[in-house]
Amino acid sequence: MTIQLAGKRVLALGERDGIQGPSISACAKAAGATVVLEQTHCFV
Amino acid sequence: MPTAEASELYALTVTEGDPSWAGALAGVALKLPVFHVLEPEITGQIPEDVYERELSFATFSLDADTVTEPTRRIREQNGAG
Repeated sequence: MTIQLAGKRVLALGERDGIQGPSISACAKAAGATVVLEQTHCFV
Repeated sequence: MPTAEASELYALTVTEGDPSWAGALAGVALKLPVFHVLEPEITGQIPEDVYERELSFATFSLDADTVTEPTRRIREQNGAG
């Protein structure tokens, strides 16, 4: 399956010890998406 | 450290509902298409300078194949997206 991020709305769910929400947001926005939720969780 | 189990937990939560039945999404199947940011379908759309700044460091410390397998599998199982 392929998806084009441009024009999509994205929930950026990050992990504290991995890739955090703000980094995912920056990538999604740079690809043309709109970030509607950005969070960073801890799964430990 | 990111694990396959953590990827599976959030992928299931936004598709089939919270598998731990502990949160507000227990029993709520949102069926959202879920991707890990390190899947090639996603990284291929990120400008190189942004990828280098935001993701390249993380790729040194985690196994991309391991953490992206659950999101791909659960997305395909659910036909989401």
